[in-house]
Amino acid sequence: MKIRLDNVVKTFDTFRAVRGVSLEVASGELVALLGPSGSGKTTILRMIAGLEYADGGAIYFDAEDATAISVRDRGVGFVFQHYALFPHMTVAENIAFGMKVSKVKRSKTAIATRVSELLQLVQLEGLADRFPTQISGGQRQRVALARALAVDPKVLLLDEPFGALDAAVRRDLRLWLREIQEQLGITTLFVTHDQEEALDLADRVVILNDGVIVQEGSPQDVTRRPNSAFVTRFLGDTNRLFGRVAGGRAEIDGQAIAAPGLADGAAEIYVRPGDLDWSRSGEGMAATVTRVIDRPDSRRVLARLANGDAVELDVSPETDVARGDAGFLHIRRASVFAAPR
Amino acid sequence: MKRRVLPGLPLALGITLLYVGFIVALPLGALIYKAGTLGLEDYWRIVSSERAVASYRVTAGSAAIATAFNLVFGMALAWVLVRYQFPGKRLVDAIVDLPFALPTAVAGIALTTLFAANGWLGSPLASIGIPVAYTPLGIVVAMAFTSLPFIVRTVQPVLEDLDPALEEAGQSLGGSDWTIFRQVMLPLLAPALMAGVSLSFARSLGEFGAIIFIAGNQPMSTEITALLAFIRLEEYDYQAAAAIASVLLITAFVMLAVTNFLQARALRYTQRS
Repeated sequence: MKIRLDNVVKTFDTFRAVRGVSLEVASGELVALLGPSGSGKTTILRMIAGLEYADGGAIYFDAEDATAISVRDRGVGFVFQHYALFPHMTVAENIAFGMKVSKVKRSKTAIATRVSELLQLVQLEGLADRFPTQISGGQRQRVALARALAVDPKVLLLDEPFGALDAAVRRDLRLWLREIQEQLGITTLFVTHDQEEALDLADRVVILNDGVIVQEGSPQDVTRRPNSAFVTRFLGDTNRLFGRVAGGRAEIDGQAIAAPGLADGAAEIYVRPGDLDWSRSGEGMAATVTRVIDRPDSRRVLARLANGDAVELDVSPETDVARGDAGFLHIRRASVFAAPR
Repeated sequence: MKRRVLPGLPLALGITLLYVGFIVALPLGALIYKAGTLGLEDYWRIVSSERAVASYRVTAGSAAIATAFNLVFGMALAWVLVRYQFPGKRLVDAIVDLPFALPTAVAGIALTTLFAANGWLGSPLASIGIPVAYTPLGIVVAMAFTSLPFIVRTVQPVLEDLDPALEEAGQSLGGSDWTIFRQVMLPLLAPALMAGVSLSFARSLGEFGAIIFIAGNQPMSTEITALLAFIRLEEYDYQAAAAIASVLLITAFVMLAVTNFLQARALRYTQRS
């Protein structure tokens, strides 16, 4: 099932949550809607599901205009952030709910067979008779997924599916969701504010801010070629330095960085902590170490530049550096954007 | 005694038990004791007399109808107050509690005036052949009025806590509104509804002030049990009054016990294994 959004608009009271979003999702694709809170990502997902009606624009499922079709008839599977499992029903009853209320009549044995198939798919075979309060958060989310898949949806939509879970459980479920999605080949959209989750899981990442799409592309595209300061900052830790662009090159403390196509003038230079090299002598920006944070796979050095700006960089765990050390920073890679006026 | 972090247990427990003992248990105990001074035969004769049985029928029947009415109307009212925003919502919310605050005799007089054959509501109803005041229907009206807040106030907080995502989940799985109401909402509201129903019914059984003005109080047809007990009291027949009152007491007690049991059953999903 291919999904197409054509200039979709949604306003709540006076708040313009979604301001003209056009998007295409190919059949079988796994797409992440990524953005800070209030960026409209959940509203977009809910409009695709039919849980909200669009104020303007249109939503197509393949060639069919689904804009006015109710959530009941849209044939989507929706997984809620807080699972929304029916607390008075067992795991098996929750999964069977959609099949029981469906207009398509199924026999009791057919339903029972499908339930056990789905329990196997989500690896919860032994828990059929438990109530939702009797299982863990990760298990609940898997039940919610099985329940959504039970009615053979054409599209799977997940709203912050791992938001309420522990970091370790979240990582496992991520890999597992990817496997299931590939196995079923179902077109899937999920919403997250966690850039790591989006990059780990999705074929394509759609980054939203203030109700509009700011960039979309493969994880590699958006991480290596961010198109704006917002995307750069949102995708991970970064240092903002100020420099000047002249003749397509940004210049900062004697270091030149290619800035093709940028007009001459003030510029913001974004450098990720991993893209700065530390040396005791040599070229680069003079800096003084203010603090060192040890992490399992690197050392994060907090330093202050001569002009007073704070910067952060990651060095290998073996690097000998301590608070008060003076040295030089060399920029290996950076993104340059014109400074906002 | 083990040391506790929270202070005041002996004092709080002492005051509580003293209160329950003197204000609740003692009068009820005295009632049972008084009824107990009758022989079994006399007791049975009094509580199974034709007039008494007719009063039970009137009381329990009217209470059941009033409660059923409140179940539907109270749930709708709670629903509207929780789910929708409209001008005057807070006022409606406050008015719900009015039957609690109003002296029941005042309510009874007001309802009688309203529903009498020449009253604002009574005259159109009487003209289509439905007299209200001085009929069993009047008793139902008075009971429904005084016990309305119970259902609204027990259902409202549960409804507020109910995640709207549950309904959305039901919809996304293809359930109709009716299916979602019956299979998702109703089971989750059931414990609160049962609590409201049992309180509403118990209150209706015991209601006195509002009813005696509107009921007409004819023995065998519009005389409620509480009034009969009161009449016996006025005749200085304390034993008979206690015997009749004990029937009300036992009924209310049994009903509360049954609803507690049903409630625990309905809530079994909340227990951890």
